[in-house]
Amino acid sequence: MAFATTDLIPILPELVTLVTACTILLVDLFLKEEQKGVNHTLAILGLLAAIGATWVVGGGERQAVFDGSFVRDGMSDVLIGSTLLITLLTFVYSRDYLQSRGLLCGEYYALVLFAVLGMLVMISANSFLTVYLGLELLALSLYALVAFDRDSRAGAEAAMKYFVLGALGSGMLLYGISMIYGATGSIDLATVAKVVAAQGMGNKVLVFGLAFLVVGIGFKFGAVPFHMWVPDVYQGAPMPVVAFLGSVPKMAAFALAMRLLVDGLGPLHHDWQGMLVILAVLSMGLGNLVAVAQTNIKRMLAYSTISHVGFLFLGVLAGTAHGYSVAMFYAVVYALMAAGAFGLLSLLSRDGVEAENLEDLKGLNERDPWYAAIMAILMFSMAGVPPTVGFMAKLMVLEAVVRIDLVWVALVAVFFSIIGAFYYIRVVKYMYFDKPVTEAPVVLSGGARVAISVNGLAVLLLGLFPAVLLGICQAAFL
Amino acid sequence: MQAALPILSATIWLPIIGGIAVLASGDKAPNVSKWTALAFALLTFLVSLPLWFGFDITTAQMQFVERAAWIPSFQIEYYLGVDGISMPLILLTTFITIFVIIAGWEVITYRPSQYLAAFLIMEGVMVGVFSALDAILFYVFWEAMLIPMFLIIGVWGGANRVYATIKFFLYTFFGSVFMLVALIYMYFESGSFDILAFHDLKLGLNAQILIFIAFLLAFAVKVPMWPVHTWLPDAHVEAPTGGSVILAAIMLKIGGYGFLRFSLPITPDASAELDWLIIAMSLIAVVYIGFVALVQQDMKKLIAYSSIAHMGFVTLGFFIAFGIFAQVGVEAGTAPGSGVAMGISGGMVQMVSHGFISAAMFLCVGVLYDRLHSRQIADYGGVVHTMPVFAALMVFFAMANAGLPGTSGFVGEFMVILASFRADFWFAFLAGTTLIIGAAYTLWMVKRVVYGEVKSEGVAGLTDINAREFLVLGGLALAVLILGLWPEPLVEVMDASIANLIKHVAVSKLPL
Repeated sequence: MAFATTDLIPILPELVTLVTACTILLVDLFLKEEQKGVNHTLAILGLLAAIGATWVVGGGERQAVFDGSFVRDGMSDVLIGSTLLITLLTFVYSRDYLQSRGLLCGEYYALVLFAVLGMLVMISANSFLTVYLGLELLALSLYALVAFDRDSRAGAEAAMKYFVLGALGSGMLLYGISMIYGATGSIDLATVAKVVAAQGMGNKVLVFGLAFLVVGIGFKFGAVPFHMWVPDVYQGAPMPVVAFLGSVPKMAAFALAMRLLVDGLGPLHHDWQGMLVILAVLSMGLGNLVAVAQTNIKRMLAYSTISHVGFLFLGVLAGTAHGYSVAMFYAVVYALMAAGAFGLLSLLSRDGVEAENLEDLKGLNERDPWYAAIMAILMFSMAGVPPTVGFMAKLMVLEAVVRIDLVWVALVAVFFSIIGAFYYIRVVKYMYFDKPVTEAPVVLSGGARVAISVNGLAVLLLGLFPAVLLGICQAAFL
Repeated sequence: MQAALPILSATIWLPIIGGIAVLASGDKAPNVSKWTALAFALLTFLVSLPLWFGFDITTAQMQFVERAAWIPSFQIEYYLGVDGISMPLILLTTFITIFVIIAGWEVITYRPSQYLAAFLIMEGVMVGVFSALDAILFYVFWEAMLIPMFLIIGVWGGANRVYATIKFFLYTFFGSVFMLVALIYMYFESGSFDILAFHDLKLGLNAQILIFIAFLLAFAVKVPMWPVHTWLPDAHVEAPTGGSVILAAIMLKIGGYGFLRFSLPITPDASAELDWLIIAMSLIAVVYIGFVALVQQDMKKLIAYSSIAHMGFVTLGFFIAFGIFAQVGVEAGTAPGSGVAMGISGGMVQMVSHGFISAAMFLCVGVLYDRLHSRQIADYGGVVHTMPVFAALMVFFAMANAGLPGTSGFVGEFMVILASFRADFWFAFLAGTTLIIGAAYTLWMVKRVVYGEVKSEGVAGLTDINAREFLVLGGLALAVLILGLWPEPLVEVMDASIANLIKHVAVSKLPL
């Protein structure tokens, strides 16, 4: 295998992220306690550079480098760009929270950046090995991040659960990969697809492998019945970590599903479609139903995530370029909404007061009408009420399943979205209809104020003008 | 026909921009917010006037059309236009909103800027519902309407407001999401989201029936029809006066409008199959809900139930067409003077008239509530002694509500009853009982509230309506009177569009 320096150009975003993470680790050693803000600045600059790099190397023809184990195509451009952008947002949201709790140290930024690197690798993977490499880098960084507040017992417990169940999920995935490798004799996704197309479903080992693969993907997405870790992890982890973990990795998980199921096992579409229908219906149903009973807002949003994963699957299971593009639209939009919602919560939970329970949002409109309005937009968007982008995303995935004549799935989906609407508007109820517990106004630093406003308005404006983002997503699958 | 000036867009976006401006003005200077809001409401009404005066009543074509790509890859367009059915409802919206803004002038002290902004934004969105000709655009406006109303009831409502507003939101949301699936289905059948293209769509009977039911869920909840009406009394009782007015005067009309724009022309065969269901639901609303109104102790609840009964007339008038077709045959049924057109335009007149009368009735209750903070009928009595001007107006609106000839309330009911005779005597008979029941519950309430001995010291200390309240109620009284004495212009405006609608209703849309 010859190494060509030009192979490094398509992986420029990954390289920049890696260099930034390592730089922060080194620089952090020489920083005094009151200078820790430098880490933050460095991380933001690094992400901006990586976004710039994505912009420069992105576009144009599909490129496969490193012997075909790594690929840069339309999908990876969009997902890498959105991953970096939304990570940037979560960094801005997290600063005040971390500072007020003495957590503002280099390790946080390094870990998040390593997680981002893992996701970027996953997104651009073109062989089972690269997929797994990226996945584990992501997962290990996330385990550590969940337990990042080391004095928090809930955090440690959540990290433990996450680690055990995550390892189980990875194991399933690896087991499935090994069977598929056994059946096809290759770890290169394109080769696998060719062999699978030739063999068809006759090979029982292949079917077995597929089932394990779907289970692994279900674990990583947090789809029912592989969702058990989601609520505990969300509840236990520090809020900024949830803002990151609850938003960006959904896009990576989407990429994981796309790479494995579509690029690798596309010819078996008919077989995994049925499995995804089951996962989707269960996730939408259980996620929405159980969310109603939650009083902890992190837990509620965790179950809400599960239901959104169900919706996202609707686009993937359609099995057409159109379906994939709307599922990607959904993934990006969901990441944006989740980052905003958790970001706002971490902005509200400063000075030792954690905005964790629904009660803590009481009377937000009295304390600060602007943040209440943003949160309301985000909640209506998650509920899928127009004119927000959440509605557009739901409309498009529903259209994708009606298009393949699965009208009943669409009906189930809208039915559960009615139940979902209840707990989202309950948040609005607390903010607008109840008297505040504390009169303390919400104080935010300028950067966070701008970022959260941009995030909220983006959800509204993308709903009014969805054509641009949709066009980008569709171009990725042409 | 593309419009030279984007009048419809202006009518939609002007109040929304106004709402944002009012919101931005904050609560530091409430007067600035109020005058800004009023200015925008008046301006919007002025902008919407050309819709009436520039309207060509000879054609059923969509007028003032604006069309631009919105989401090209889904063939979703920003497509607006009005015909004789939607145009009067748009004017009703812009007209009533002015009164709603004035009605909340001194009464709303908690965050007035948000209150006024919510109404302005809702005005724009409701105009959007009436003028959208693209199904998704329609749906976006239709659902977006829920957000401001949800907040209005929840923030400025009465004691039990949270329950009422969540019930309101979930009921209407439940009704509409199935319509969304139906719209997507028709998109695949027709290749676009153009509502007018849906009108020409051929659909099998089973598909039609499913689509009809999806629409029925959406529109019946909104109208509301018995038995999905239970959100309305709750919402009305808890809503602030302005919220009740908008709910009764305009939001309910959106359900009726939906039947005319979607159910009848898109699924005529299913409508013919299931017209007995709608007629039964309508008659139950007229008779049974009328009796329910009779026993109410709360004035707002009484008017809410009366609204449901009156809206029963609307749906009866719309769906009586199939009964007439069954009697005289489709050929004779589509001929002018058969009663089909009379039923539908009677329903339309009833909607517009109910828009004025229910608004006025809720404003009357609001006037009393602002003074004594009670809506219980038992707390009043002898109001005429202390508030003679108000009493005169309230009695007038009560008469109109009971369908007194000479008021607008009479015209619509009379037309619908007349049309029902062509279909079945008993339909007309049952519908006709409203003249008694309606008079009973309205006049009995007025008797207990307005006449009799002065009931309490509170009533004795009442002050008569001020200039602002007189302006609002007087304006509406004038509208009720004009429409009652001279309904001709309104009927003429709708004529061509209703004739065109009947053509769609009379033709089977089953595939050959």
